[in-house]
Amino acid sequence: MPDLTSNTAGIISPNPFWLASAPPANSGAQVQRAFDAGWGGAVWKTLGQPIQNVSSRFGAIQWMGQNGVGFNNIELITDRPLDVNFREIYETKKRYPKHAIIASLMVETREEWREIIKRAEDAGADGLELNFGCPHGMCERGMGSAVGQEPRVNERITGWVKEFANVPVLVKLTPNVGDILPHGLAAQAGGADGVSLINTIKSIIGVDIDRFVPEPRVSTKSTNGGYCGAAVRPIALHMVAALAREPQFQIPISGIGGITNWRDAVEFLLLGSSSVQVCTEVMLRGYRIVEDMIEGLEDYMRAHDFARLDDFVGKAVPAYSEWGNLDINFETIAKIDPASCIGCNRCVVACHDGAHQCIHIDESGKTHVPFVDESECVGCNLCQIVCPVPGCISMVEVDNGYPPATWNEHVNEGVQVRPKKGAH
Amino acid sequence: MSKLPDVRSELTFEDFKAALTDHQAMVEANRCLYCYDAPCIKACPTGIDIPSFIRKIATGNIRGSAKTIFDSNILGMSCARVCPVEVLCEGDCVDNAAGIPPIKIGKLQRYATDRAFEAGWTFYQAGPDTGKSVGLIGAGPASLAAAHRLRRFGHRCTLYDKRDVIGGLNTTGVAPHKMKADRSITEAEWVLSIGGIDVQTGVSIPDDLTWEQLNERHDALFLGFGLGADSALDLPGKDLDGIEGAVDFIERFKLGVVDLSGVQRAVVLGGGNTALDAVRELITLGVPHVTMVYRGDASNMSGYAHEWDAAKTEGVRAHWNAQPIGYVGEGRVSAVRCIQTSADKRPVPGTEHEVPADLVLLAVGQAKLGELVARLDGVAVEWGCIVTDAVGATGRPGVYAAGDCRNGGKEVVNAVAEGRDAAIAIHAYLTGADQDA
Repeated sequence: MPDLTSNTAGIISPNPFWLASAPPANSGAQVQRAFDAGWGGAVWKTLGQPIQNVSSRFGAIQWMGQNGVGFNNIELITDRPLDVNFREIYETKKRYPKHAIIASLMVETREEWREIIKRAEDAGADGLELNFGCPHGMCERGMGSAVGQEPRVNERITGWVKEFANVPVLVKLTPNVGDILPHGLAAQAGGADGVSLINTIKSIIGVDIDRFVPEPRVSTKSTNGGYCGAAVRPIALHMVAALAREPQFQIPISGIGGITNWRDAVEFLLLGSSSVQVCTEVMLRGYRIVEDMIEGLEDYMRAHDFARLDDFVGKAVPAYSEWGNLDINFETIAKIDPASCIGCNRCVVACHDGAHQCIHIDESGKTHVPFVDESECVGCNLCQIVCPVPGCISMVEVDNGYPPATWNEHVNEGVQVRPKKGAH
Repeated sequence: MSKLPDVRSELTFEDFKAALTDHQAMVEANRCLYCYDAPCIKACPTGIDIPSFIRKIATGNIRGSAKTIFDSNILGMSCARVCPVEVLCEGDCVDNAAGIPPIKIGKLQRYATDRAFEAGWTFYQAGPDTGKSVGLIGAGPASLAAAHRLRRFGHRCTLYDKRDVIGGLNTTGVAPHKMKADRSITEAEWVLSIGGIDVQTGVSIPDDLTWEQLNERHDALFLGFGLGADSALDLPGKDLDGIEGAVDFIERFKLGVVDLSGVQRAVVLGGGNTALDAVRELITLGVPHVTMVYRGDASNMSGYAHEWDAAKTEGVRAHWNAQPIGYVGEGRVSAVRCIQTSADKRPVPGTEHEVPADLVLLAVGQAKLGELVARLDGVAVEWGCIVTDAVGATGRPGVYAAGDCRNGGKEVVNAVAEGRDAAIAIHAYLTGADQDA
């Protein structure tokens, strides 16, 4: 049986699946139910001076009959008294000593940080997560992403925290920046033991087109919220990988952003996350999703003969490269399996209107299967993406006789690249 | 255990409901709403966590999906084929309320469990040996489910069955357009692969082995011997050739070969699900004219409406509101004498008539075998069924019952649920856990 024990900057949990700091980790009763369901850790809903929320607070993208593929919220940090939160952390930690509880914190002054860190540690928190990422409401008050967007402020406050903290400190980074690197490095420079990313993306989820008000609507107005859910996963994956492959960046990562199942989690682990945090999918479907995540991860590890997470954390990072290092002479073309093709011709229209006009309807009328003009196919992949039948279109490598050559090698060393296809 | 013959009349049947392809399964699984506290779970006698197993198909966690099914129902592979999902899980799918076709739960369950069998996945190990032994009478679904659960607890088990083949009605009675006998035996052997379950076939209780001997051998007994022979109708002409019990006929063509070449007109007497299985099977076996004769009509027969709809489509005809009063023929039956019945199923004088038939199958019930346990003090029998409490305990300590011999004849899935629950109760009895409660 593979060992799922996770260690992120010294925060140990029985598996790498943590609740992200958000409504599902708002109270002791919730977190305890989550641990019973199988979650390995929980980052408590951000603690600070309790706030007052508005209604409504959430908006979502409905797509192809699925609600919530993209999600946003304008909720703030905890609205519950701090002493209640800390008492529940204490009680939960006592009942679940092997599970990880990380206190997410957001306050302003050095003195406030000192005070809240002491209270979090007294309550038994295994680690702290500094919420430098919230992109709505709190940033207007000089906290959240207002801190995370300024590397010097990030570094300074992280430094304060490290002065006071005895447990591992993760800095939660905001994606609302042009380049994540300086922000990850600032956290590291401030002494952070690790980072977690991404927090939500500044967003307007939609507009009520009859009332002329953006969503979610609060009476006659709305505000920008934090975007999350499955749709943000590619952005999160990139930011995690960008830090993981940076040689100067040396601290562990807890990955967050659009994780819905075990497969998504594996992607984050392969790009360098030691643990993963989930919120939106739990909000949409409940704590019970973790059973499939654990089983799927174990099965994946068995299939690849991985005994522990460290055997594959970061395993895909070396393969994330600059464009100039890609092998231009590597060539693929589309192959359509006539036996599984159902004749929808979506590949035809996608190729004709969106790509390189190399997939054609069979004019003889003898078959419903389109054919690929292989001399024109550039191997772009669009047809495979639009095909509704799994496995029907495959991208097959062809041997064009050219040895591997990158653009950089071509420019710098004059290595020969293959002739362009479809560029006429 | 003896093997099935290679040549069996049932082999000509094709699946009525085709298996899902990978593509179909993925599309269907993604349609499921993943309800919480879902009605489909409550509709399943074994309480399978249906939304979870379907979500696991959608995420590609097929192994986990199959385990979710087997955790509740170790015979989940055959139940996926034989369950009347139309009136159980799928009938209660919330999509029905929305006017949307329900999720194909049965087919998705078949998809996941078939993958498990193909891959040879096993999920359970026998518990540490408790030194206790349980004798299980009958080797059908109830006993298989019970024995598997008992082995997980570490109790040794012996199955006794009067037949040479195991699997009970799953092997001998299921309509072959749902499942063939070999599939049932494959499943039974997969269940037995947990180890530590001794199987003794060709043993009739209490003829070959007395209750006293069983009591000596075992620390607890589980009664899962099902139902007995087809009930007959004591009518004039009942001894003519060509009149036989439907369950017996079905068993003969599932386990061997029947010759229907001379049969032109078959009549099945009854309005239950055995009658509906029989008419559909006769027409598939090539009988040109197949008629179901029933005292009531389609609105009040006990057989499932979806089965009758399928039978009609296949060409079966019904002779509603008619009651058999005798058989006509010389040597072999040539017709069934009937009388019309009123709306309350009473004969209407003066309406006697004949329905031509050169084969008559009786599907008017099966004998209850409760009397088999007459020698066991403390075990009560009512209407032929063994009386138990909610978890299968009879009035005699250490003797439990489940399945058709307890419930009078329900679905395979009911037998599995009852067998499993009785096993949990037996475990408590054997380990004294129930004393603590």
